[in-house]
Amino acid sequence: MTERIDPRTTDLSRRDFLGAAAGLTLALTVAPDPLALIGEGLSGEALADGLLSPNVWLTIATDGTITIVSPAAEMGQGTFTTLPAVLADELDADWTRVKPVFPPEWNEKKFGNPGYDNYAFQTSASFAVRGYFKAMRVAGAQARRVLINAVAAKWGVPAQELSTDPSVVVHKATNRRISYGEIAGFAKAPAELPKIEDKDLKTAASFRYIGKDLPRVEVPLKVTGAAKYGIDAQVPGMVYAAVLQSPYPGGRPETVDETRARQVKGVTDIVKLPEGVGVVGTSFEATQAAKNLLKVSWSDAPGAHHDSEKALEEFAAIGRDNSRDGVPYESVGDAKAAMRGAVKVYRGEYRTRYLYHAQMEPMNATAAVSPDGKSVEIWTGTQGPTSLHNQVARLLGIERTSITLHQHFLGGGYGRRSQQEVVIDAVRLAKAVGKPVKLIWTREDDVRGGKFRPMTAHHIEAGFDASGKLVAWHHRVVAESVAAYTSIANGTPPPPLDRVVMKGSPIPQYPIPNKLAEHVIETRGARLAAFRGVGNAYNAFAAESLLDEIAKDRGLDPIALRLTLSEGQPRMQTLLRAVAEMSDWTRRRDGRGLGVGTMVKDDTLAAGVAEVSVDRATGKIKVHNFWAAIDAGLAVQPRNVAAQTEGSIVYALGHVLREKITIRNGRVLESNYSDYEVTRMSDVPNIEVKVVSTDNPPTGAGEDGVPVVACAVGNAVAALTGVRLRELPFAPERVRGALGA
Amino acid sequence: MVAFTVNGVRRELGVEPNTPLLWVLREHLKLTGTKFGCGIASCGACTVHIDGQAARSCATPVSMVEGKSVTTIEGLSPDGSHPLQKAWIAEQVPQCGYCQSGQIMQAADLLARNKTPSREQIVEHMDGNICRCGTYLKIISAIQRASREG
Repeated sequence: MTERIDPRTTDLSRRDFLGAAAGLTLALTVAPDPLALIGEGLSGEALADGLLSPNVWLTIATDGTITIVSPAAEMGQGTFTTLPAVLADELDADWTRVKPVFPPEWNEKKFGNPGYDNYAFQTSASFAVRGYFKAMRVAGAQARRVLINAVAAKWGVPAQELSTDPSVVVHKATNRRISYGEIAGFAKAPAELPKIEDKDLKTAASFRYIGKDLPRVEVPLKVTGAAKYGIDAQVPGMVYAAVLQSPYPGGRPETVDETRARQVKGVTDIVKLPEGVGVVGTSFEATQAAKNLLKVSWSDAPGAHHDSEKALEEFAAIGRDNSRDGVPYESVGDAKAAMRGAVKVYRGEYRTRYLYHAQMEPMNATAAVSPDGKSVEIWTGTQGPTSLHNQVARLLGIERTSITLHQHFLGGGYGRRSQQEVVIDAVRLAKAVGKPVKLIWTREDDVRGGKFRPMTAHHIEAGFDASGKLVAWHHRVVAESVAAYTSIANGTPPPPLDRVVMKGSPIPQYPIPNKLAEHVIETRGARLAAFRGVGNAYNAFAAESLLDEIAKDRGLDPIALRLTLSEGQPRMQTLLRAVAEMSDWTRRRDGRGLGVGTMVKDDTLAAGVAEVSVDRATGKIKVHNFWAAIDAGLAVQPRNVAAQTEGSIVYALGHVLREKITIRNGRVLESNYSDYEVTRMSDVPNIEVKVVSTDNPPTGAGEDGVPVVACAVGNAVAALTGVRLRELPFAPERVRGALGA
Repeated sequence: MVAFTVNGVRRELGVEPNTPLLWVLREHLKLTGTKFGCGIASCGACTVHIDGQAARSCATPVSMVEGKSVTTIEGLSPDGSHPLQKAWIAEQVPQCGYCQSGQIMQAADLLARNKTPSREQIVEHMDGNICRCGTYLKIISAIQRASREG
C-alpha cells in the first residue's frame, strides 16, 4: 500500500505524528505491510495462566473464548463486529466464542490502521474495513498456523495433514480433533511467528463469515441500556463541568463577571479557557445553571463578522468569475481549451448551506490528571484516538504512553467525534481543579459550538462538440477549506488540497476527456469539520443536477445519458441499470416524479432514484420511495452495508428537506432540534437498497447513500414540475418561490 | 427530599426539586441507559415511563414524580426479554444505539395501549423520537414484529 492520508484527518499529518510519537519512524518510512504489525505475540508475563496469544491481535483461553482486538471506533457502522469477523474467518474460529475488545494499548505500530501512512487510529472516511481488511486476515491466518504447528508438534504429524473446523484442529487420517481452547492449555506462541503470504489466505469460496451476515455483537447491549457511551462514564470522586464557549472561533474571554454564577449552590470553580469559560461543580445541573449566569466579553476575531447568507452570495459571484483561479483538485486534458472549442456550453449554478452533524450524544469527555500532572486518564468515545493522544500529550507536555484512553461506544460520529476540543477542555479543567472532571455539552452548546459541513457555491460548465459528445467539464467549488481549518486548529500547516471539500468533484464515473475541478478557497472564520458524505454530497448535487439539465435540453432520458457517459465504467453501469429496474424507471406515475443520481467515493460506487411529489400550495416535498444500489467491492457484511446505505439516505434527507446552519455576526442562530430540524420518522420514504458485491477489494460503505439523495430528489422535483432547485435545503418557502406559487 | 419508585425500588433523594428527572436518574442513581439528547423534550432520547406512561425525563422536574413509579430501560424487563427488545435484536435495529433506549420505551408505551398498531399509528406515535443514524424503517419493522410475536 502507498501513502493514503485520510482526507478527513489532515490533523494527522506526518509532522504532527512524529512530533508527538518519536520512535515510530519505522512504521512511517516502511510501506505498510500487515506482517510488520503481526510480528510479535503478547509476552508471556502479560498473560494470565491458560491464555494463548498467537499474535498481538488475539488471545485464546482454555475455555475456548477468543478475544480479538477491534481497533476501530464503533459508532453504529458495525466494525466492532466486522473487523473481528474478518480475523475469525481466517483463524477458522467458532464465532459464538469470539469476544471483541478495544485495543489494550493505543499503539499504532501494533493496532493502527495500515491504510494510513502513519497507521493512525482514526475511524472516518469509511476507512476501517478498507484499511484493516488485509491485516486482520493475515493476523487470523497466522494465528491459525500457530495453532496447527503446535498440534503438529504435539501429535508428531506433519502440519500439512492438519485442517480446521471452527475452533477445532482436525487430523483426518487418525480421526483426531482438538479444540482451540485445549490447544491454549499447552501451546506457546513461537519466538518467531510464521510468515503468511497471499497464497496462505482463504479463497472466497471458503469464507465462513466474510460475505455472510452476522448479528452485530453489541446490539444486545443497545436494547437494555447497558452499552456505555462516553457520557455514561462514572469515575470515583468526579465533579461536573460546563463550558461557556466563545460564540465564534478565536474569541478569547476578556472580562468575566462571575458574581451570579458563583452564587449557584454546588459551584466550586470558574476557570478561564483559551476560547471559553469553564464552570466546575458538584452536579451537572449546578454547572449548567451557573454557566448561563456568566457574563463574558470576548475578544474580536475574523469569525465574529461572518454572515453566512451574505457570504454565500459572494461565493456565488466568485464562482461565476472565471478570472479567479482555484486550486486544481483534478485536471484531465485541457478543460479550458476544450470549452473554448465547444459548440454548445451548458452552465449551472448551485448552492448548499452549512450543516450540523447533530449526533445524538452531545460532545463530552471525562478526564483525571495525576497530581504531578505527568499522566492522565480519559473516558470518551472518539473517532480519533491518535489525534487525541497527540493533542493531549502536547497540551500537558507528557509522553503519549502516560495517557490512558478508555474508548467507549460513540453516540453518533459522522465526523464530529474526530475533533478533540472537548477532551482538551476536560483535561484543562481536571488539571485546574485537581479532580476527575466530567465535561458535558448541552445540545445548545453542541449546535452553537458545532463544526460544520461547509457551505458551498458551485459553478459548472459542460461543453459539447459538434458530434454531440461531452468533451469538457469544469467544476468550480467556492468554499472554505475544511483541511485548512482542521490543520490550523491543530497547529500544523494547511495542506494545499482540501480533499474533504473536493471529493467527488472529478466524477470518475464519467470519463470525460477534458476535466477540471478546482477549489476556490475563501476564508470566513467558521468552525468546520469533515461530515458524513464529505464533498461527494454537495459535488454530486451540483454535477448530477447539471447532467439532468443537459438531458432535458437535449431530449435525453437521464439514465440513458448517464449510461452513455459512463461507457467503460461497467460497475457504474451495473448500478444504473439496477436502480432503473428497481424503480421501474420508465413507468409514469401521476403526480410523482423520478430523479436519479450517482456518486463515486474512494472506489465505492452508488446510484439512487427518488420518487417525489410536491405540494404546490405549501412547497413541501414528499419523498415516497428511494431505490439505491451500492458497489463497495466485496461486501464483508452485506446486511450491514445495506443498513449503512439506508441510514445514510435517511441522514441526508434532512439535509435536503430542511437542515441548515445560519451564522450572523459570527453567531450560530440555530440552537437545538427545535430549529435544526433533522429527518424524523414521518419523513422517511420506503427505501430499497441493493448491495452489489463484487470481487474487488472491500472499500468503504458507511456514508454512500448521502451523496445520491440531494441530486436525485432535486432531479425528481425538476422532472415533475419543470423547475430546477439550485439551493439546499429544499425548504418549503424556497420551493414555493421557485414554483412561482 | 423527593421520594419515588424507580424500577420497583423506592428511592429518597435530597436533590433540588426542579432538577430534571433525567439527571437524577443518570448521575445520582447511575441509571445511564436513559440518554440526554436535547434537554427540551424535542428528541425523545430520555424517554421513561411514569406510572406506565411515556414521558420525557429531561423536561420533568423530579418533584413531579413524587410518590410515582418510574420505569427506565433498565427496568423494562428483568433480563432484556421484553418483546420489543427481542424484536429490536431480531431486526438488528440499533446502529450507534444512543437513541434506542428512548425509542424502545416510547414503543412500549404504544404497544401497552394498542397491541396491533397500524403503520400510520406507529409513525404518529414515534415521530417525536429522533434517530440520527436513520434506523426508522427498522424501528417500524421491530414494532410490527413485537406486535405480531408478542
